[in-house]
Amino acid sequence: MKPSRQITLVASTLLLACMLASVLLLRKVDRLRSGATLQEVLYISSPKALKRLSLGYDGLLADIYWTRAVQYFGSKHFAESQHYDLLAPLLEITTALDPHLTVAYEFGANFLAPKPPNGAGQPQRAIELSEFGIRNNPNEWRLYYDLGFIYYMELKDYTHAADAFARGSRVPNAHPFLGVMAAQMAQHSGELRMAQMMWSTTYQSTQDRNVRANAATHLRALQVEEDVTNLENLVSAYRSKTGRPPSSLTDLQAAGMLREVPMDPLGHTYKLISDGRVEVRTPDDFPFLTKGTPPGYVAPPPKFLPSD
Amino acid sequence: MSSRIRHIASNTFREAVRDRVLYNLIAFAVLMCGASILVGQISIGIERLVVINLGLTAISLFGMVIAIFIGIGLVSKEIEKRTLYTVLSRPVRRWEFIVGKFFGLAGTLVVNTFFMAIGVFLALLYVSQRFQTADGWVLVALYFIVLQFLMITALALFFSSFSSPLLSAVFAFSLFVIGSFAEDLRGFAAMAQGATRWLATGAAYLVPNFASLNVIGSVAHGQGVAGTLILSETAYAMVYAAMALCGAVLIFERRNLK
Repeated sequence: MKPSRQITLVASTLLLACMLASVLLLRKVDRLRSGATLQEVLYISSPKALKRLSLGYDGLLADIYWTRAVQYFGSKHFAESQHYDLLAPLLEITTALDPHLTVAYEFGANFLAPKPPNGAGQPQRAIELSEFGIRNNPNEWRLYYDLGFIYYMELKDYTHAADAFARGSRVPNAHPFLGVMAAQMAQHSGELRMAQMMWSTTYQSTQDRNVRANAATHLRALQVEEDVTNLENLVSAYRSKTGRPPSSLTDLQAAGMLREVPMDPLGHTYKLISDGRVEVRTPDDFPFLTKGTPPGYVAPPPKFLPSD
Repeated sequence: MSSRIRHIASNTFREAVRDRVLYNLIAFAVLMCGASILVGQISIGIERLVVINLGLTAISLFGMVIAIFIGIGLVSKEIEKRTLYTVLSRPVRRWEFIVGKFFGLAGTLVVNTFFMAIGVFLALLYVSQRFQTADGWVLVALYFIVLQFLMITALALFFSSFSSPLLSAVFAFSLFVIGSFAEDLRGFAAMAQGATRWLATGAAYLVPNFASLNVIGSVAHGQGVAGTLILSETAYAMVYAAMALCGAVLIFERRNLK
């Protein structure tokens, strides 16, 4: 064999061996690095500093950071981790570099807020991210929806959830259900008037038959709740005034406290219970009721009336 | 190492010194002195951090520039000056020439890094008044930087063995940038589907992974590096440099020099 051919053979064999070895070594390095001798930390955690350092290539850098965020969450979630310390900063950097990357806000709402291991358990950071997204993309109704979703699902903060849905419902081309959600949240929060207003608006403005029927059902429930609240207050006042509870609602009328005995939205009279509570006669016809039902009553799935 | 390779390596080193490559040390010294004095006056609590970050980053960048711009000319300059024919007319094989050139430039970079490292430690001493135990990890970061130099030097030689100096510089610099984002490249590959996933994964493993050799940020924060990781990184860098050198030898062996 000629010397040059011999060298070619040796070099080729060595090249292939090195190629294989480099892949295997790199895989080993990956395993070792995940062993946390190098703790997870972002060395440049300031989105503003990174934006300046990107020298105008912030779009590309945002895509890279977005990929990092997805990879980071994916690997941690797969390992059922209880800590997602870098998720919030990675998403904040991503959105600071590209404030119009709406998918990053949606990702944040879905995975920053829930408790571990399903998310980072940082609803406040998720809210801040969503608000930043809304400031930069005021016409994206989904961002308002995500914000309301965080308030409702993670914080049970109906007031803020209602506010977020209501803001979203005013965005051009917003999904009609945002208005519906806003009213629903307001109802949960006890802000009856606002809920009635929102549901009325939804009922009048929607073109969707199901949304309209849903709004009508909610409006009936709200009417019942308002009536029940008023009647129970009058019963209480009657008891204070006469020293005994009324035997029926007509007693209230006889005492001049009620002009006429009210009917529920389906034309039935209300029931006065001996402990002073007021109930509807057919609670199954009023899904979404939070008041005026027998103790321990479980509402059936909502049904819409043909007239709606 | 054969005496022929040793001679080519020492000549390459001497040539680099004659080309005033080590003059970059002056610029580095000025940078470190300036940074140490300035940072002490304008920042609180992060003087050490800034000195390590700035010093190691400067060493890495200065070294990369030297490795690329000297490495790409190692073969082409010899052909241009026709000194290659004199060398190869002697009992020197082509592969020995390539390997000798590699060791010569690698030696230059090691010496350069050594002097720069002294500068970094002096600056550290100036801002902290004393050395800390965690400063020892700076040596590991410096070692990883040298490993990066070996890889980029081999790559520059590889491109230099078949391409013009300008294109070789472009290729080598591009690989440096891509290699610095190698882990993101693998992230993209993991998110892809089908054939794209295989291609992207293959490319991600083929490009040099400079990202895994960059521990500047962590050592600046006083974090240690596991011994097994140091060994694995060393083996990876050596194997990768050997792979690029094999490629260079294969091409250079078949290159028509007439």
